[in-house]
Amino acid sequence: MSFSVTQPSTRQKWFAGVLVTGYALLTILPLLWIIATGFKSPSDAIAYPPKVVFEPTVEGYVNLFTTRTRMSPDALAELGPPQTWYDKIVRQYDMVISGPSRYGERFLNSVIIGFGSTFLSIFLGTLAAYGFSRFRVPLKDDLMFFILSTRMMPPIAVAIPIFLMFRQLGLSDTHLGMILLYTAVNLSLSVWLLKGFIDEIPVEYEEAALIDGYTRFQAFYKVVLPQAATGIASTAIFCLIFSWNEYAFAVLLTSGTAQTAPPFIPTIIGVGKDWPAVAAGATLFLVPVMVFTVLLRKHLLRGITFGAVRK
Amino acid sequence: MAQIRIENLRKEFGSFTAVQSSTFTIEDGEFFMLLGPSGCGKTTTLRMMAGLELPSSGQIYIDNEEVSQKRASQRDIAFVFQMFALYPHMNVRKNISYPLISQGFSRQVVREKVSEVARILKIEDLLNRPVGSLSGGDRQRVALGRAIVREPKAFFMDEPLGALDAEFREHMAEELRALHDRMGATTVYVTHDQLEAMQMGDKIVVMNHGVVEQFGVPQQIYDWPATKFVAQFIGSPAMNFLAFEGSVSEGTTSVHLNGTAFEVPEQLDTQQGKLNLGVRPEHVQLSDAATYRGRVVAKEYLGTTQIITLESANGPIKARIASSTPVKIDETVGIELDARKLTVFDEQSGRALLSKANREVLRHG
Repeated sequence: MSFSVTQPSTRQKWFAGVLVTGYALLTILPLLWIIATGFKSPSDAIAYPPKVVFEPTVEGYVNLFTTRTRMSPDALAELGPPQTWYDKIVRQYDMVISGPSRYGERFLNSVIIGFGSTFLSIFLGTLAAYGFSRFRVPLKDDLMFFILSTRMMPPIAVAIPIFLMFRQLGLSDTHLGMILLYTAVNLSLSVWLLKGFIDEIPVEYEEAALIDGYTRFQAFYKVVLPQAATGIASTAIFCLIFSWNEYAFAVLLTSGTAQTAPPFIPTIIGVGKDWPAVAAGATLFLVPVMVFTVLLRKHLLRGITFGAVRK
Repeated sequence: MAQIRIENLRKEFGSFTAVQSSTFTIEDGEFFMLLGPSGCGKTTTLRMMAGLELPSSGQIYIDNEEVSQKRASQRDIAFVFQMFALYPHMNVRKNISYPLISQGFSRQVVREKVSEVARILKIEDLLNRPVGSLSGGDRQRVALGRAIVREPKAFFMDEPLGALDAEFREHMAEELRALHDRMGATTVYVTHDQLEAMQMGDKIVVMNHGVVEQFGVPQQIYDWPATKFVAQFIGSPAMNFLAFEGSVSEGTTSVHLNGTAFEVPEQLDTQQGKLNLGVRPEHVQLSDAATYRGRVVAKEYLGTTQIITLESANGPIKARIASSTPVKIDETVGIELDARKLTVFDEQSGRALLSKANREVLRHG
């Protein structure tokens, strides 16, 4: 191999290294801060100057998953010694655990709505992209432009009509409503991205399958889909990140049964300024997207074709 | 094994006509070439026969069964693509067995058939390799394996050697022809390479601008082209055309070019005006005695023969003569044409005029 570009000098390498490291630190710092705050005590969390070294505690996580009641010292004495480790933590503040918090439910809602809408966006997007890529669709260019145009304004601009529409249709505060909404927002992205990926797959593969005795759908399912796995994986990550993190519509359209984690987490703060619990909620909320991305990473790195077609 | 009959086959893409009313018959077991320049409609014709395109009108019969509107999978044919189109996410064995799996053969049978095909194609040691790691020739063999494993009624091949290196191509062409003879199945083969067509084909259809120009065995097409296009497309160097004004009618046995009479096969058509006398380079001889003269402007040495380019009163002429004949540039030489092998063309329509010599060939095509 030969490069027409000259090898960078040591000084240039150092400069690039410092720049990249600096940028990486800058972006990861808030994340590290949130994770650290999750393990601080409430007083450490609001200490000034901020504490970098502190005694870690899981108080924030206990508070995140529980609701607590303050009791008089007499009443507490009557209860006897705390039974569990988390009871013990709560007792320091003259409180007892009165029940689980809503965080688990809200988290589950996020999982259902986030993954549900991602699945639906990918499912519909792949079919639409395949159709647009392979068949003579009347007004194809206009339709593709129309699909793209749905993303030409911020979705929240139509919040009020959607709010009214959802109320009319009984979709407010339902899982189905939120899945449909996020799918509608994601679908244009997924159709466009996936069409690009499917366009890259030579049509001869399907034709070979058609001649080998398979139906059009079998050819799509057995030959095109495995080839499109890379595109589907990356599109799925984009869709999931949007629907997982979406805040504005979630605040507006959900309150009880279908509320997702993003609008719920800020409410944890309550009157007690319980920053560690908020930070703990945010930290746990990061995990599924990270896991999903890591799981699909190998598809992101894999090439679309392995050179079975000579170009 | 099947006879394939094409009747008035036509394909339009919007306002563009890719194939205009083709009619020809491919006999059982024939190695049949669809030859023409790119964009002539040969690939579209093949794709219609295979069921990858639906014709705008016309009929396709495979074994006397009309299939023009049937799905590809229902026609029992195999297709070899120019780019091979091996399934990239499967290994060689899976690629070859894929057509069998769709037909629901048992694992045992699939295994046996795949090994047999691998033995025929000498790719036994490749069966468990991913297709991405194979060389062009091996990919071509795997693609052939996938085609023959099902023992279809016919093989359709779209420039299967087009993606191979030149040196390997000739070897693969021989292998293909040997394979065809062994299988005995009807093969339809699309190519733009006239040498490949002549070398491998039992019969050739020459197409241009969506029209079938001529149809027949290679030698007949070479000797008695139906149109100027065919005469130029087949043979290298192409046929010479000597332009002249004159007339022929039934019974004419000679034409006059620049005052010299040339004997031609007895003519059966009547035509006058601008005509062309067509002659292959190997039917041009240099002779000091001849009255028709030309000046040597170039020579090209080809080993046993040489190509001499002459300038004559009726246009340039290329002659293929023995290398041993001494020829000097700028020398003026006499030119003789082999009277038995001449064709008169109408310049405007480009069609060959009927003579006693080409009558059989042209009427049949």
